[in-house]
Amino acid sequence: MFDPGLPYRCSPSVALRPEPFGALVYHFGTRRLSFLKTPQLVDVVSGLEHHPDVHGAVEAAGVPQPQRPAYLRALAGLAANGTIEERL
Amino acid sequence: MAPTSETQPAPEEPVVEETLVEEVSIDGMCGVY
Amino acid sequence: MKLVDHFQYGLNSPICLTWELTYACNLACVHCLSSSGRRDPRELTTAEAKGVVDELMAMQVFYVNIGGGEPTVRPDFWELLDYSIDHNVGVKFSTNGIKLDRRRAAQLARTDYVDVQISLDGATADVNDHVRGPGSYDTAMRALENLAAAGFGQPKISVVMTRQNVDQLDDFKAIADKFGAQLRITRLRPSGRGADVWEELHPTAAQQHQLYDWLVARGEDVLTGDSFFHLSAYGEALPGLNLCGAGRVVCLIDPVGDVYACPFAIHEQFLAGNVRSPGGFQEVWQHSELFLQLRQPQTGGACRSCLHYDSCQGGCMAAKFFTGLPLDGPDPECVRGFGEQALADRDGAVPLPRSNVDHSRSTSRNTRGPVPVTIGIGRPDRACETSPIAGFGASANDSGLFSPAP
Repeated sequence: MFDPGLPYRCSPSVALRPEPFGALVYHFGTRRLSFLKTPQLVDVVSGLEHHPDVHGAVEAAGVPQPQRPAYLRALAGLAANGTIEERL
Repeated sequence: MAPTSETQPAPEEPVVEETLVEEVSIDGMCGVY
Repeated sequence: MKLVDHFQYGLNSPICLTWELTYACNLACVHCLSSSGRRDPRELTTAEAKGVVDELMAMQVFYVNIGGGEPTVRPDFWELLDYSIDHNVGVKFSTNGIKLDRRRAAQLARTDYVDVQISLDGATADVNDHVRGPGSYDTAMRALENLAAAGFGQPKISVVMTRQNVDQLDDFKAIADKFGAQLRITRLRPSGRGADVWEELHPTAAQQHQLYDWLVARGEDVLTGDSFFHLSAYGEALPGLNLCGAGRVVCLIDPVGDVYACPFAIHEQFLAGNVRSPGGFQEVWQHSELFLQLRQPQTGGACRSCLHYDSCQGGCMAAKFFTGLPLDGPDPECVRGFGEQALADRDGAVPLPRSNVDHSRSTSRNTRGPVPVTIGIGRPDRACETSPIAGFGASANDSGLFSPAP
């Protein structure tokens, strides 16, 4: 279950490739390809490993408050498909 | 600003959510055989 | 903004690409998109091929689809496979199965980040071998058996849909299930030797609908390589990007290092450059004139006013090109029938585009040219479609379609 109060990181099985519109993320294990469609979401995902919890990464990326619930839902989806995982 | 919830849909929110992440199969692009 | 719109501006690297390692092949399939058969003496060397892998790694290309010809007939195939995987480029290779004995199957089962795709065009030997040659069905089955016995996880079975095998969709699925494989069906394009048999083999309009309905009903775990996006105009869009990826999301590197927009468009009109040139593959991908052109926003042209343009994006560029249709008009298999009309409107005096890249062995192509188009007759008689192979062969059992491998 995705818990934004915990520390997360990009899965080591994932390759993240910045693109003009955001980033492409490919999971070598599941062979799933995700498109992160805003530069801010890319910043959040790349920044996860540097923050004590997900909220910290979202804040540091400058995501406006009204959009945060949507970002958290998107991150929950990325956790569900293995793109991001809890940092132990 | 009041937090949004399921029962009070903000017009912008669904659009943002829809476009934040899109998933495609690596096998789902034309031009590869 | 839709994903499709983002791709208008291009990507830093292809998402994945097709890399034909060799034009040599042990088979001589009648519809071969790369007109393979004979090795080209100018093939990339092992060192050059590794250089391409190095570039793909630097560009963070996630995965490469290796094909040919028959890629496993290159003696350095296994070395290149390992090199690619060791350099963070996942590999799926497309094969007729000829080299997949028990030893190689076991080796593949031990290897991470490799996917195997076995080509099969008939659920029964008679349908398959008609197109791919005698013994090819058995070769494919043996490869699938060996992979299953070795515990290789979920190989793919890739089928080119033709007039002759559309009714076998459930049977293909059963074969895939039997071998623990995933079924993949793809579109026949009039590319390579496919140009010579397209009129005879491409599914009828009714069969296209049958195919679409099957995908919607039973195709949840069936891959299509997004090759049926032109059918999206029937209704529900099929899973995939639903757009032509040529030069925008994917491209082809051919055995001599030529870079084409798409493996179905091996023709100088779609040649973007060569990996041996200064700047290598990256230079071609990022700066070639052809690719920059393809990345311009598409206006839709003659299809602009069609309600369905958003779903079908005007269909397949290669299919239009090799049937002599304008690229800014309908796909020859447009589900609204506009393609049929466009085909009928073609000027019969103008020869169809033909690639000068042809590595077919001598018997395969020149004995049978493209089927002549008659114009001014209006819609084809539906009765002609009831027996697609009638009149082409020497006898009732000989379709005349198969060219024997030497």
